[in-house]
Amino acid sequence: MIKVLFFASFREKLNCEQLILEEGEYASLLSALKSQLAEKGEDWREVMMSDRTLVAINQNMTRQDVALQPGDEIAFFPPVTGG
Amino acid sequence: MISIQAEDFNPGREYERLEGNKSSGAIVTFTGTVRDMNLGDQVGGLFLEHYPGMTENALQAIIDEAMARWELQSVRVIHRIGQMYPGDRIVFVGVASAHRKEAFAACEFMMDYLKTRAPFWKKETTPDGDRWVDERESDQEAADRWL
Repeated sequence: MIKVLFFASFREKLNCEQLILEEGEYASLLSALKSQLAEKGEDWREVMMSDRTLVAINQNMTRQDVALQPGDEIAFFPPVTGG
Repeated sequence: MISIQAEDFNPGREYERLEGNKSSGAIVTFTGTVRDMNLGDQVGGLFLEHYPGMTENALQAIIDEAMARWELQSVRVIHRIGQMYPGDRIVFVGVASAHRKEAFAACEFMMDYLKTRAPFWKKETTPDGDRWVDERESDQEAADRWL
């Protein structure tokens, strides 16, 4: 099982805060998971394919493609604007 | 060292806490507040969202890096979340160091990194409705100076 989280404008755009995907329901690579989620509709495609989209795996930002492991927490969010 | 909280904070009390160390010769603090204007529009309120868990880790990583770069006796970071209004305090960064150069640099470094690396997002209320605040290129450029 993996957990996929969406924050801020992405959560609102997709109307989705969290997805739980069981074994066999998710792709083995992050890049493939993004392609899989992009199939869910136009808004999903925009979020997954945007250059602005940031990704964190287990709460660490990553720019690389990685293999997904059971228990992983994958988060998609827009550029940060705190401070 | 790190607080993420809905409640306001008292900059004076935070300053006094930074004063405790007798080997410190310099204290620099920064307080960020909510402005009533952004991109030419009146801002009536600001909502701050964060990523619980990751935000704390990201702030800790920023502090760790600051302490590796400069000799700092004390560091404090406070970031508020939730609903705020113009004039409210949002963020506090304070450092104590032996000398002013280190203290100024570390404080600015931490704010530059906080603005580009810590998962917080602002949504502001304007007369035309609520909108998510976009990132600024100038913030990224400011952070890139430290690379």
